[in-house]
Amino acid sequence: MAIVETRDIRKHFGEVRAVDGVSIATMDREFLVLLGPSGCGKTTLLRMIAGLERPTSGDILIGDHVVTELSPRERKTAMVFQSYALYPHMTVFNNIAFPLKAQGFPKSDIGRKVEWAASMFGIEKLLDRKPRALSGGERQRVALARAMVRDPSVFLLDEPLSNLDAKLRNSAREELQQFQRRVGTTTIYVTHDQVEAMGLGDRIAVMERGVVRQLGTPQEVYDDPADTFVAGFLGSPPMNLVDRQEEIVGFRPEKLLPKSVFRKQEGLIPLRFHVTRVENLGADRLIYGTLGDPFADAKAIANLPYTLPVIIQPGEVHEFALREKDLRFFDRATGHRVSRNPAVERK
Amino acid sequence: MSVLEREPPAPPAKPRRVAKFLDDERRLGRTMLAPAVLYIVLLVGFPFLLALYYSLSDATVGARELSFAGLTNFRRALRNATFLSALKNTFVFTIVSQVVVLVLAKALALAFMKEFRGKWFVRFLILLPWVAPISLGAIGWLWTLDSVYSVINWTLREFGILSPGTWPIWLGQPTLAMASIITVHVWRLLPLATVIILAGLTSIPKDLNDAAEMDGASAFRHLFQVTIPLVLPIILVAVLFGLVFTFTDMIVIYVLTRGGPFDSTQVLASYAYFTGIDGGDLAGGAAIALFLFPVLAAAAILILRLARSTEVT
Repeated sequence: MAIVETRDIRKHFGEVRAVDGVSIATMDREFLVLLGPSGCGKTTLLRMIAGLERPTSGDILIGDHVVTELSPRERKTAMVFQSYALYPHMTVFNNIAFPLKAQGFPKSDIGRKVEWAASMFGIEKLLDRKPRALSGGERQRVALARAMVRDPSVFLLDEPLSNLDAKLRNSAREELQQFQRRVGTTTIYVTHDQVEAMGLGDRIAVMERGVVRQLGTPQEVYDDPADTFVAGFLGSPPMNLVDRQEEIVGFRPEKLLPKSVFRKQEGLIPLRFHVTRVENLGADRLIYGTLGDPFADAKAIANLPYTLPVIIQPGEVHEFALREKDLRFFDRATGHRVSRNPAVERK
Repeated sequence: MSVLEREPPAPPAKPRRVAKFLDDERRLGRTMLAPAVLYIVLLVGFPFLLALYYSLSDATVGARELSFAGLTNFRRALRNATFLSALKNTFVFTIVSQVVVLVLAKALALAFMKEFRGKWFVRFLILLPWVAPISLGAIGWLWTLDSVYSVINWTLREFGILSPGTWPIWLGQPTLAMASIITVHVWRLLPLATVIILAGLTSIPKDLNDAAEMDGASAFRHLFQVTIPLVLPIILVAVLFGLVFTFTDMIVIYVLTRGGPFDSTQVLASYAYFTGIDGGDLAGGAAIALFLFPVLAAAAILILRLARSTEVT
């Protein structure tokens, strides 16, 4: 199996620095997600790992070998594209067989391997069809089967679920994860969808403007964001970020709750919450409002589970509270996380 | 009275009629199509029917009366040695020039897909033959291929490629003359074919080319199993256009050789012109001109069908 590593890799398109010094390494058999807003360089990074794009500088290693100068075919990587990129003039069988033919497999082996890959994704019945006669979900499976069929050492997936409707996306996500666990191929997955990233990834690399802001498990990047960008990008609604003297204080909306909910009173910061708007989302209620001391007049959002039997109306003022340990602090100038907060401790 | 119940203000009378006409898609559509239909009927349909009529008659230039002659003109043409050689020349001229145009246009289009220095200038040079008036271009070629002043011969001699005793007369020797008109015709048709194929190539999604690269396809496999099948419908349209254009056009031949020497570059289009207009035998000329019509019509239908069946999206 294989570990993929990038060493200070850069890609500049003229003045634009699409990827600006990324050094990450996967673990063997890992499912690594590159997450970031559009234009953050995640797809460019993936394409450089694939060999479709040459880095301006830096090195790429797959399984301890430098592959920076190698063609995609020599890297033994396989890629699934956002559009699936199935050859429209070929049947499903020929689409899946194409990489095998390109590698000069004997004909008898090709048939066997195609059948095997097709059975893996439950598309044996579709082998004679052309891509245009397939649904979105079926196309996605064909694309996966085509990537799978030649035993790649690394799987690269570029937003493969974004063309599916919401319902199908959930089941496809589950299948994809099970499949990856089963074959154990190191996988790098690009997405801008944080739900996908949190649900699929063993680890997530959060990218912005060509650099990796944080690399960690879903829990780590969610609970302990490395900077204000990660804090504001993950979570829906994202972390509340409140300016306070020298630093920025962050806390998750679901941590801001009515005071009565907390059993233990120690370590609590009581707050007055002036409610301006209430949004009912079914399972959750989003409460918009402004906070009182110690975050005077800061706007914040609280996320209450619907099971919480507290009646809250716009215009009311409620007693809310935060646990001190749920607060995160960021440097105001750099946006980077600082581990402790002297201002609160002094109180 | 509420706001909703109030009558809308009546629009001024005259624009209303115009607006009504503009809203009526059927009438508007017919009106807008009318000039094109009129044009086709008057300038294509009518002459075509007239030619059909002439080909079955004994019409000559200057004759006031004409009578029905059946298929006499066609039979006469088939017995005529010049006609038969023109028929053969037409096929040679068309097929050879089309094959050369296709191969070169495909190669050029592939080259234009890549970025290189001075691309715009090369593109400009390639498009030039199509932009310049063809008669002007052909006259330029007439001098280039001239029996005395040929710049080609002069250059070949200066570089010592041409031995002192040889002096090819490009438009005066049967084989060379055919090669010359094919070359000029290719020069002329190449730009359009290149642009058509280039349009086809740019319409291939980038992901597909990337996928082929990821799948480890060699350049050869990529070209013949991915690129060409995907642009095939568009290539077929270019071929159809080139075929019809070459079969029916005579400007290059008229300017360069007038069908000579010894009718070795005579094609049906030029022979029809020389027989019908220069020779005054309207009926004979019409028969020659119409001779290939069924073949061309069949080819057009076949190619259009093929283009549709190879369409993939």
